[in-house]
Amino acid sequence: MHVILTFILLFAAWLLWSGFFKPLLLTLGVLSCVLVLVLSRRMGFFEKGFFSLHLIGRLLPFWGWLGKELITSNLQVARIVLSPSLPISPTLIKLDALQKEPIGQAILGNSITLTPGTVTIDDHDGQLLVHCLTESGAQALKEGEMNRRVAALDD
Amino acid sequence: MMAQALDILSWAMLLAGATFVFIGGVGVLRMPDLYTRMHAASLTDTLGTLLLLGGLMLQSGLSLATFKLLAVAVFLLLTAPTATYALANAALLAGRLPKGTTLPEDFKQ
Repeated sequence: MHVILTFILLFAAWLLWSGFFKPLLLTLGVLSCVLVLVLSRRMGFFEKGFFSLHLIGRLLPFWGWLGKELITSNLQVARIVLSPSLPISPTLIKLDALQKEPIGQAILGNSITLTPGTVTIDDHDGQLLVHCLTESGAQALKEGEMNRRVAALDD
Repeated sequence: MMAQALDILSWAMLLAGATFVFIGGVGVLRMPDLYTRMHAASLTDTLGTLLLLGGLMLQSGLSLATFKLLAVAVFLLLTAPTATYALANAALLAGRLPKGTTLPEDFKQ
């Protein structure tokens, strides 16, 4: 059932974005949708945690907050890159993810990586290893505001 | 008047985006090792791309093209950090520790 629903969504998106209606191209479109389904199935996508709509509702405000963080950290890293002395102090820190589900940990890891100045380099049973460009960036991350906000997404 | 204001805003965003892409490139050249270079490259990934795509959206107005650009922006923001993680994790597993840092003591492999 979920598989069929996903297929319909995928193919609708394909039609909307391609705008092609020739038989050959339609066949290729169907084949690519089927390939995506097979790969998703192999990744265990259909086993649990499917389309939780309340997550999408909470995701939008979170993206707004993340956008604000993105702008400030972009400016900070740009300033570091442009200053002649290159004031970096690379630091590795461990962060315990407050999220239990792998999807929450993935959102946290990706959000950390997305903000310049911090990159997630390992996730082992909810322990994230994060490389920070500066020590002050590492301290800010350890305060855990991002961690809490991502955890609040899937309560 | 309105169209002109939008045009000016759009060009400002395109120029600012191009500046961030450029700074990202400078950063990649200046940083000392792989991990720090990735921080600089993420300037290009995030604000650089977002400003460029936003400027293009203003150019194309309310149309299918704008919707597609929005989709491109969302997909890039989802896939770019995933690719960065794959690169960083591969480097870590290959035994390349970041320069000038040590593993946190409480980190269990």
